[in-house]
Amino acid sequence: MAEILFEKVQKRFKETVVIRDLNLIINDGEFFTFVGPSGCGKSTLLNMIAGLESVTEGNIYFNGAIVNDLTPGERDVAMVFQSYALYPHMTVFDNIAFPLRMKKIDRVNIEGEVNRVAQALGLSDMLHRKPKELSGGQRQRVALGRAIIRNPRVFLMDEPLSNLDARLRVDMRGELKRLHRELRITTVYVTHDQSEAMSLSDRIAVLDNGEMQQCGTPFEIYMKPSNTFVAGFIGSPLMNFIPAVVRGFTPVEVDCNGILLSPFVDRPPERENVIAGIRPEDVIITSKEGGNAIAVTVSIIEPAGSFNWVVCNWNNLMIKGNSIAGEDLGPGDSAFMRLAHSKIILFDQLTGKRI
Amino acid sequence: MTARESDRGYRFVAPAIVLLSFITVYPVLYVFYLSLHRRLLIFDLSRFVGFENYLFLLRDDRFWNALKNTVYFTLSSVTLELLAGLSIALLLNRQFRMKGLIRAIVLIPWAIPTVVSARMWEWIYNTDFGILNYITGIKVNWLGSPVWAMNAAVFMDVWKTTPFVVILLIAGLQIIPKEIYQAARIDGAGNFAIFRKITLPFLKPVILVVLIFRTLDAFRVFDAIYVLTGGGPANTTETLSIYTYKILFQTLQFGYGSTLSVVVFMFTGCISIFYIKAMSRGVR
Amino acid sequence: MIKKAWFYISLILVVGYCLSPLLWQFITSLKPDPELTRLPPVLPQTPAISHYTAIFKGHPFLRIILNSAFVASSTTVFSIIVGSLAAFGFAKLRISYKAVILGIILSVSMFPPIATVSPLYIIIRALGMRDTWWALIITYTTFSLPLSIWILTNFFREIPDEIFLAAKVDGASSFSIFYRIMLPLAAPGIFTAAILVFIFSWNEFLFALTFTSTEASRTIPVGIALFPGLHEVPWGDIAAATIVVTIPLILLVLVFQRRIIEGITAGAVKG
Repeated sequence: MAEILFEKVQKRFKETVVIRDLNLIINDGEFFTFVGPSGCGKSTLLNMIAGLESVTEGNIYFNGAIVNDLTPGERDVAMVFQSYALYPHMTVFDNIAFPLRMKKIDRVNIEGEVNRVAQALGLSDMLHRKPKELSGGQRQRVALGRAIIRNPRVFLMDEPLSNLDARLRVDMRGELKRLHRELRITTVYVTHDQSEAMSLSDRIAVLDNGEMQQCGTPFEIYMKPSNTFVAGFIGSPLMNFIPAVVRGFTPVEVDCNGILLSPFVDRPPERENVIAGIRPEDVIITSKEGGNAIAVTVSIIEPAGSFNWVVCNWNNLMIKGNSIAGEDLGPGDSAFMRLAHSKIILFDQLTGKRI
Repeated sequence: MTARESDRGYRFVAPAIVLLSFITVYPVLYVFYLSLHRRLLIFDLSRFVGFENYLFLLRDDRFWNALKNTVYFTLSSVTLELLAGLSIALLLNRQFRMKGLIRAIVLIPWAIPTVVSARMWEWIYNTDFGILNYITGIKVNWLGSPVWAMNAAVFMDVWKTTPFVVILLIAGLQIIPKEIYQAARIDGAGNFAIFRKITLPFLKPVILVVLIFRTLDAFRVFDAIYVLTGGGPANTTETLSIYTYKILFQTLQFGYGSTLSVVVFMFTGCISIFYIKAMSRGVR
Repeated sequence: MIKKAWFYISLILVVGYCLSPLLWQFITSLKPDPELTRLPPVLPQTPAISHYTAIFKGHPFLRIILNSAFVASSTTVFSIIVGSLAAFGFAKLRISYKAVILGIILSVSMFPPIATVSPLYIIIRALGMRDTWWALIITYTTFSLPLSIWILTNFFREIPDEIFLAAKVDGASSFSIFYRIMLPLAAPGIFTAAILVFIFSWNEFLFALTFTSTEASRTIPVGIALFPGLHEVPWGDIAAATIVVTIPLILLVLVFQRRIIEGITAGAVKG
């Protein structure tokens, strides 16, 4: 069990800054995910926790003790790689037993432990097989077994589910959540898939270009994204971003594509030009008129089962919303759009920060 | 040990570096040192003479003769090997049954020791009982003729080392994507045009590698000449390595012999640098 | 159809080109002495194995073969051990100026042997190691290092880095990783390197010629080159010796041709 503290951590490769001034606490026993697009530095961060990459500046603490100079073995962390990195020439048994053998634990104990872990992961009949004889999901579980057997202080996972097919990925997500609930080991997870991050984590940190954009629970990040990057990265389909102009400052009133809105804000806007963000889930498209409905023309319909995603043309601005599957709407039809005003978020157009 | 130390590879590379330093680097430095002395091994006499040996070398006719022979040997054998090797490689570059067996057979001349090959050819070249004279019906003293001896040696070397060229060229040919050939044929290109415009450019890097290895090996030739002709007749096949060896171990002049060694070393150094430059230019 | 016939004819020509000298040598070795000087006929009238028995009887040929076997095997073992350790360092670990050091090591293969022979001879004589196996073994091991390091570094590089990282996280020391993981996974490469180093040291001539003086340590190439003859050159005996010496190499090549080719082309051709 370990609490991980990042203090002014920076990572440079030659002259390029890869991680910028990170200050963060990962709580003991938490499932914490670093999420972001390719190249944002999340894997580098994971490697720095593991000790596979050095820290250029700043410190990393495990439970208050600096670990910067410790070897990976000394840090007592376990890691599951994207490609599983199983030892191809060893059997499943030997793969799982390897960390214990490195600790020079005696053979009888090793056998007992391996069998226990294999049982927990459903690998008991495969102990004598080699990795190349196993399916993707089975290899994944061997990698997990090799990590679990050491009872590490921290679990590190680098996109472990990326190589699995969609169905298996969802199954394994449940498996990972179950394991975490049982073992309660601090887990640091890295993925580029935001839905995976949302469903698995206690807390998420969104990274872009080595800088942490926001850190919080899935709910916080989804509901109150701190800038347009986070808002655009989390949630699928993408949030609608509509340029708007501030007409009144107290209370805040914006002119958004011809209509006046009064969204909730946390602070006064600094500039006139803002961006109004609203998620497609909060934009309703129907054929019924009435109320504050806005006239739009349907452009594209994407069926999604019991409802449709509908892209509409609103005075030459494209906006995505949803409609009930029963609604008989087709491309080119006139329709009406209702915005859930409480869900509108304002962002400063220049800085991208939420207002 | 700290994380940084455990990552370093110096301990693993150390044994190799130690061996190489003692057995190759140190002797090279020592040879330079020796070349500045007059030293007769038996009497253990040694006298520092500075660059006198080098000046002597410049006026040494036998040295220039050896250099001429070496250059001739190198140019002719490398050219012939490349031509023969390319032809055979083009021929063998396709799927056929017993491909493995054929490739093994082609490797055999490469695999046997050069001295063994030289003795074989010595017997073939034999004036009175050799099969070559028998088949061609002429009676030439191949290895005893000032005109023919060197060429006989070149031919034997070509026979022995063509397989090496073939192997490398086939590997290079197999890199060329088949689609390019197909596209060229669809465009109406004939065999020769395809060879010139497609095959050769793709092969250039491999040919360069082949040239480096073979030029250096040919320049350093020793085994073949030693057994075939010993440098004769009348020093017409005496190459630089043979001449150096004789000075060292027959006249025991380790000073001048070392001077010759250094000069040979400098020549091979220049050849290497020349080719490496050509390669890096090719890469760009 | 004509194309195919043309192909097979050329194939036969190539095979003939490669094998005919050996074939002639084999025929020669079966001809008793009187027949050697009579040409025609090409084939032996009364084939005999007298030459084969001769080379082993009055002549320490067996000892020479033993010398070569011992020297070549030892060289191979040492070269692989030292080479694989270095290759692991180059492939997976951090070394300053790695490319420069590797380049220098490879450039050693371009040294002309004649350039180092004189100082090495003096050193070996001074150490009293003249005419011993060890003089050759140490020299061959060193000069074969560029070859084994080159081949093995390429093979080690192909092993995915993540396996190396996983082992580090599992708490393995660099040497444990080398011994338990890298070596088993690079086994084919080790095999290839071993074959090429063996052939190299079996065939080496200049150093063997200079460092050995008697049959105590003389190797096969020297034995064949200096084959003793009382009054005339014993062509029949030489032919027999040649065949005896060539057979193991032919077997080696036939069995391992794929590996040998892999080794020769390693890195030379960017795949």
